[in-house]
Amino acid sequence: MSAQNPQAGIDVVPPILEMRGISKEFPGVKALSDVSISVGPGQIHAVAGENGAGKSTLMKVLSGVHPYGSYRGDIVYEGKLQRFRGVGSSEAVGIVTIHQEFALIPELSITENIFLGSEITRGGVIDWGEENRRAEELLALVGLREHPATPIKHLGVGKQQLVEIARALHKDVKLLILDEPTATLNGADSQHLLDLILGLKDRGVSSIIISHKLNEIEQIADSITILRDGHAIETLSVKAHEVDEDRIIRGMVGRSLQSRFPDRQPRIGEVFFEVRDWTVRHPQSPERLVCKNESFSVRRGEIVGLAGLMGAGRTELAMSVFGRSYGSYVSGRIFKDGREIVLNDASEAIAHGIAYVSEDRTALGLNLLDDVKESVVSAGLGKVARFGLVDDGEERRAAESYRSGLRIKTPSIDEGVSRLSGGNQQKVVLAKWMFTDPELLILDEPTRGIDVGAKFEIYGIIQRLAAQGSGIVLISSELPELLGICDRIYTIFEGAITNDLAVADADPETLMRSITTTQKKAATR
Amino acid sequence: MSDDSTTSEPAQKPPARRFRLGELRLLMGLQSSGRQFGILGALVAIIVFFQVLTGGKTLDPINLLNLVNGNAYVLILAVGMVLVIIAGHIDLSVGSVAAFVGIVVAISIDQWHLPWALALLLGLAVGALVGAWQGFWVAYVGVPAFIVTLAGMLIFRGANQFVGNSTSVSLPAGNTFAFLGSGYLPDPAWGVQLNLSTVVLGAVAVALVVVREAVRRRGARRAGSELVPLWAAVVRVAVLVVVIAGASYLFAKGPAGTSFPVSGVILVVLVLGYSFLSNRTVIGRHIYAVGGNWRAAELSGVKIRRVNFFVMVNMSVIAAFAGEMWVARAAASGPGDGIGWELDAIAAVFIGGAAVSGGIGTIVGSVVGGLVIAVLNNGLSLLGVSSDRVQIIKGMVLLVAVGLDVYSKSRGRPSIIGRLQRRALAPTAEVPPPDKTPLDTPLDMPVEHGGSGS
Repeated sequence: MSAQNPQAGIDVVPPILEMRGISKEFPGVKALSDVSISVGPGQIHAVAGENGAGKSTLMKVLSGVHPYGSYRGDIVYEGKLQRFRGVGSSEAVGIVTIHQEFALIPELSITENIFLGSEITRGGVIDWGEENRRAEELLALVGLREHPATPIKHLGVGKQQLVEIARALHKDVKLLILDEPTATLNGADSQHLLDLILGLKDRGVSSIIISHKLNEIEQIADSITILRDGHAIETLSVKAHEVDEDRIIRGMVGRSLQSRFPDRQPRIGEVFFEVRDWTVRHPQSPERLVCKNESFSVRRGEIVGLAGLMGAGRTELAMSVFGRSYGSYVSGRIFKDGREIVLNDASEAIAHGIAYVSEDRTALGLNLLDDVKESVVSAGLGKVARFGLVDDGEERRAAESYRSGLRIKTPSIDEGVSRLSGGNQQKVVLAKWMFTDPELLILDEPTRGIDVGAKFEIYGIIQRLAAQGSGIVLISSELPELLGICDRIYTIFEGAITNDLAVADADPETLMRSITTTQKKAATR
Repeated sequence: MSDDSTTSEPAQKPPARRFRLGELRLLMGLQSSGRQFGILGALVAIIVFFQVLTGGKTLDPINLLNLVNGNAYVLILAVGMVLVIIAGHIDLSVGSVAAFVGIVVAISIDQWHLPWALALLLGLAVGALVGAWQGFWVAYVGVPAFIVTLAGMLIFRGANQFVGNSTSVSLPAGNTFAFLGSGYLPDPAWGVQLNLSTVVLGAVAVALVVVREAVRRRGARRAGSELVPLWAAVVRVAVLVVVIAGASYLFAKGPAGTSFPVSGVILVVLVLGYSFLSNRTVIGRHIYAVGGNWRAAELSGVKIRRVNFFVMVNMSVIAAFAGEMWVARAAASGPGDGIGWELDAIAAVFIGGAAVSGGIGTIVGSVVGGLVIAVLNNGLSLLGVSSDRVQIIKGMVLLVAVGLDVYSKSRGRPSIIGRLQRRALAPTAEVPPPDKTPLDTPLDMPVEHGGSGS
């Protein structure tokens, strides 16, 4: 039964995995209907689709998070019909998932994390010698040069991900599931990871990779399945050159995007917001300055990019300006409309018309226990309250208008935000900050981990706000995004602003140089 | 309220009404969860259970009086405690604070001859000072409340014994203060068998319930938001009316000179007031926000230190009040007062559906949780079950109640009510993907929503 491959017979070899006719319903939502995919041995299979298309659900069915019995359809793995009861039983046969949020313990060392739950013991006692030796092997395999005793908390995101993969390898992985593995990585780390996945392929490990980054798919995948609204739209062979970016986008959104960025005629006014000589200390190590004497300005109606790699200090700079919400303030002044303002905390920043949309929407952007309407008004409660009393009707009216205006997909404004998809949560966060009527809106990676269609909508919202006269600061690691919608771009490297470019003078190479080197203003002219 | 300034923005069309079985929970009132629905059912079941087993003694008026007078202070503590727990903290010091305030009040009446009202205020002021002390450490220094109040538990227990010389201080006989803890409403009698004040109180409560429902429906209709279906509103009102009328009758037909107790009136007032605070006010919303995700709350402009400070001060003031009620009832304050109260209050809050991690919980749920414990205590002692076994049973009830909740959550909300509700809403989730130009949709957003002033 496992020998037949409904997917156009790409391989004659029986696939390592076949998911057949998978359907999964959640109360109220049909997340998957009759989806089939098949992965050949040593193949890399990509799964693409908009947020809410069902990619993560499909992977959860496969890994046993949604156990046998909670879905319809068959999982045939290594020729056997599988009935996973939980993650444990899928891992036991070599299916390991690397999640977007890592399951690592920050206080423990690399070794301890790799072997957590599957410690190498002798007589009930951990065999540290053996574990460290094995850990070094695994680290060499994934190309991570760190001492195995290093605590996880001292590693960057990219390296943590490598530890996750080392851990999967220790579990004798045969099928690796990667959920948007490069979403939080910079260019170099991403490339390293992709090479690693290709390297694992040579060792016979199959992978399923969920990704929004179409160039990555083209680079490493053998085949791709496109999901839309819980249906498998089509499965294409990448190697047979059936795939191009337009085709994938068309499959994902059911239309082709003429342009990835909406058109716009900028109407830029006067400089109204200015930060001068801004200096901030690191919150934990006071001898470290996260930014030193940095200055920047924003004009009305202008979209200003803040380009930099992860960890370059973009978020730190933005959050410290937003009511000293990061680190400890040392010196520097903020001017709005020519007058100096002092922002001691977030509420004062909000009162001065400044909004900051965090890059981390679940940890810093939302209270996941709230419903949609509570989230929308949470930063501007004063607008729906009189004498300290929240006006229920006003709250609902506000929430409903953003729901339709931003096209937030939710059954109702009483739905818990935790039940929305990532893109829709991001829209709720945007609504929350738009509701404060910001004059300056700082957006920190607003399109991370959301799909093409939602990105386009969010660009439209940003441009609309700029057209209404707000100043926008857009923090992003995606250079095409910055070049696509900004009017001007600051580059930042190791806490220092290295360049200030009109978008017309900017190109990816210049930007890349400015965000990876310290030379101040030397890159151009 | 619904000024016309907002109508310039066409109000959103409310989604088409659909029958939702989940609205059964609306019978409970605002923001209630299935869990509370369950705990209320459990309370009724326990009452019926003991009523049968004790041969009708449970709902006997005298027993009801004892039940209310003997538990009002713990229930009041639960009202303060749930706010602390929603904000993500805990307060272990309430029993000691109550005892400390109790001895101060007793001394102020007995030795300094303060009028009872002044003594009452003095006690609340001492409570506020204690709360400010603990709130300072929790909110501004950042010491976990568990530690601060563990220290407070020792400090104020010691303070009680230091001030009172480790002995009891009695109130002078016949002091008016006693009416806080064991007083009754006046009874004009007029030759009627029933206590008229209680009857009037009951009638007022019934009227309030009906009027409130009507006002709420009208307000909701004006705001254009979804209306609770009429049947649900009627059933809810009817159930409440029957319960209130029944309780009023039972309390009114008690022995001569008794009525619905003053302590019960105080409790009801506090429950109503704090429910309003937690559901409808900005500070209430902020408490939930801090407990749910304090970092997000902080970045949203919530002054989290102030919220934490407020919660701790509020708790200590309530503890002070509970201590006063206790002194009033016992007509004395002693070194052993209030031992273990914090645990009763905390148990009530968790049985009532609050989450240890904060952000979740309701006033009404906590009081119902407290009533479950109270009725259980009372029923078991009526049955002559010894206190050792009562403790075991109470412990098991706490564990099973919270255990059931955790279990049902871990199964991903298999609650039938929840499922049916979600399913009925299904099709709306399938919004078709946007056409080629998403920007065609109007983004001229909600500008003014009134009220913002500027």
